[in-house]
Amino acid sequence: MFLQAKGVTHYFGGLCAVSDFNLNLKPNELIGIIGPNGAGKTTIFNLITGVYKATKGSITIDGIELVGKTPNQITGLGIARTFQNIRLFKDLTVLDNVRIANYSQSKYNPIEALFHTGRYDGEERRIANHAMDLLAVFKLQDYADEASKNLPYGLQRRLEIARALATHPKILLLDEPAAGMNPNEIGQLMEFIGWIRKEFGLTVILIEHQMRLVMGICERIKVLDFGATLAEGLPVEIQNNPKVMEAYLGEGGDL
Amino acid sequence: MSKESSDNGNWKNWLSRQWAKIVTNRKLLPVLLVIGLLLSFAIPQFGLLNQYIVLILIYVGINIILSTSLNLVNGYMGEFSVGHAGFMAVGAYISAILTTKIIPDSLAPWLFPLVVFAGGTGAALIGLMVAIPSFKTRGDYLAIVTLAFLMIVKSLIENIEVIGGPRGIPGITRLTTLPWTFIWVVIAVWVIRNFVYSKFGRGVLSIREDEIASDLMSVNSRQVKMLTFVISSFFAGVAGALFAHILQFISPRVFDIIKSTDILIMVYLGGIGSIAGSILGALIFTILLEVLRPLGMWRMVLMPLVLVVLMIYRPRGIMGLREFRWFVPGYDLIATNLWRKKKEAKDVSTS
Ligand SMILES: Nc1ncnc2c1ncn2[C@@H]1O[C@H](COP(=O)(O)OP(=O)(O)O)[C@@H](O)[C@H]1O
Ligand SMILES: [Mg+2]
Repeated sequence: MFLQAKGVTHYFGGLCAVSDFNLNLKPNELIGIIGPNGAGKTTIFNLITGVYKATKGSITIDGIELVGKTPNQITGLGIARTFQNIRLFKDLTVLDNVRIANYSQSKYNPIEALFHTGRYDGEERRIANHAMDLLAVFKLQDYADEASKNLPYGLQRRLEIARALATHPKILLLDEPAAGMNPNEIGQLMEFIGWIRKEFGLTVILIEHQMRLVMGICERIKVLDFGATLAEGLPVEIQNNPKVMEAYLGEGGDL
Repeated sequence: MSKESSDNGNWKNWLSRQWAKIVTNRKLLPVLLVIGLLLSFAIPQFGLLNQYIVLILIYVGINIILSTSLNLVNGYMGEFSVGHAGFMAVGAYISAILTTKIIPDSLAPWLFPLVVFAGGTGAALIGLMVAIPSFKTRGDYLAIVTLAFLMIVKSLIENIEVIGGPRGIPGITRLTTLPWTFIWVVIAVWVIRNFVYSKFGRGVLSIREDEIASDLMSVNSRQVKMLTFVISSFFAGVAGALFAHILQFISPRVFDIIKSTDILIMVYLGGIGSIAGSILGALIFTILLEVLRPLGMWRMVLMPLVLVVLMIYRPRGIMGLREFRWFVPGYDLIATNLWRKKKEAKDVSTS
């Protein structure tokens, strides 16, 4: 089993944000998690990546328990993510944003850093080149020395994905990557996600608030509502599920 | 009138161009370092400057070490430590005990670098002890923990009679010379610069920007914070050791919260997250303190006021988050251009 969640439940005080969430992710899958605002989607990412510790249940990758591990340990096991509200290191350059995500890939110790030894030099060169190569994949190489806050919104979203990939993940978690984009940009983004998935051999979980966006590219979809899993299946099955229709109609029919 | 102002503009332009030429010329840096070292020997040797000025220069040097090292924690990392005077005290006492009680007077000048190093190491170890509980959890406990630490150090020293208790240690030999100060400033600035421009330094910056995102991007934030705090404490200890051997008399009162506040003023005046800023802050502060000496107690009122005004009008300080190119490693300046050139060459060869 690859990424597995069993009976994951999380409370914020008295509020049950996620209840009895189960997941069996196979390598190279692309699955979607959809649901109205406040359904608990982002909380699931926060539980997987160790930002919050699940109240109950277990999450494992290749059999290794993740609940109780720190976020940086979990990232080290091959899980990377982006954020619903972009969380770049705003005052730092585009290049530094990506280089920071290379932290655990840079093989030199504090002493070598303090005295800028030969190994430091070699590693710094490797990291900078690797980061630039990655930026080039995302067509961001010309912005390398720019502070990341000065990038237009769409490019900031792309940079966040590039930064996540710099940690060398096996699994990429994307939290509403299309938020704030126009239909044209969304179309391109969805194609792009399919492409990086192949290019980097990734398994992807995609959170989306609007259902129709994920229908095209996801192989499997989970629907959440008030923390509970409402439905699960192929896109066509989800589309025709009356319970899902109902949950979304309550939201104003944003299908 | 208008001609005059444009002349003025030209003159200013010319000056700024010359300035840019100087500061971007990195080959000048080693030359300046050698000249500085020679001068630091020559000035006291041939009495080129009077004793008073030499003393001020030494204080400037010690303050540069203090502000640069505190900037690591308060500027680059964005935490708030008020304990720097406490680490200074540790370095000062360890070194003073070594030179007054343990090492024979005849050997002391030769062993002085080791004595200073020992002061720094002691402060670093204590720094580690403070860092472990402080950075266990995410949150802003550091100000409180370091305040408590400062008080504990002071009352501990006051209550240990063998090291003079509240009376302190008098009669310390004046071993801090201009050359030694210069050398330690260069070491401190170089090592801290190296740290800042490494994966650990970038980790520190990312923690200031967004600690959770930093952790999620594989940065071991706890390790990075402890490392930063220990390095910062080490150099506070070094500065303390140099300070003890120029003041020639130390007591717990020397290392109180006012001393910590002075260092905070230098950091925020010069600019957070900038080595050039820390140097500038230390320089301006030390000179201002001397110029304002006739004001006596009013100085204590004026200095905090300066800080308040600065926080309102220039919250990041003079150099805030900007760096002088001299302090940036050469490769960091050209990394992206090198990559572009290499890529162009490759594209040409493949097409
Ligand atoms: N840190 C938190 N503290 C308290 N409640 C929270 C916190 N984070 C999320 N919640 C609550 O948990 C529920 C699920 O939130 P979230 O996972 O962000 O939903 P979604 O991403 O599906 O829109 C919401 O009711 C939200 O208000
Ligand atoms: Mg959300």
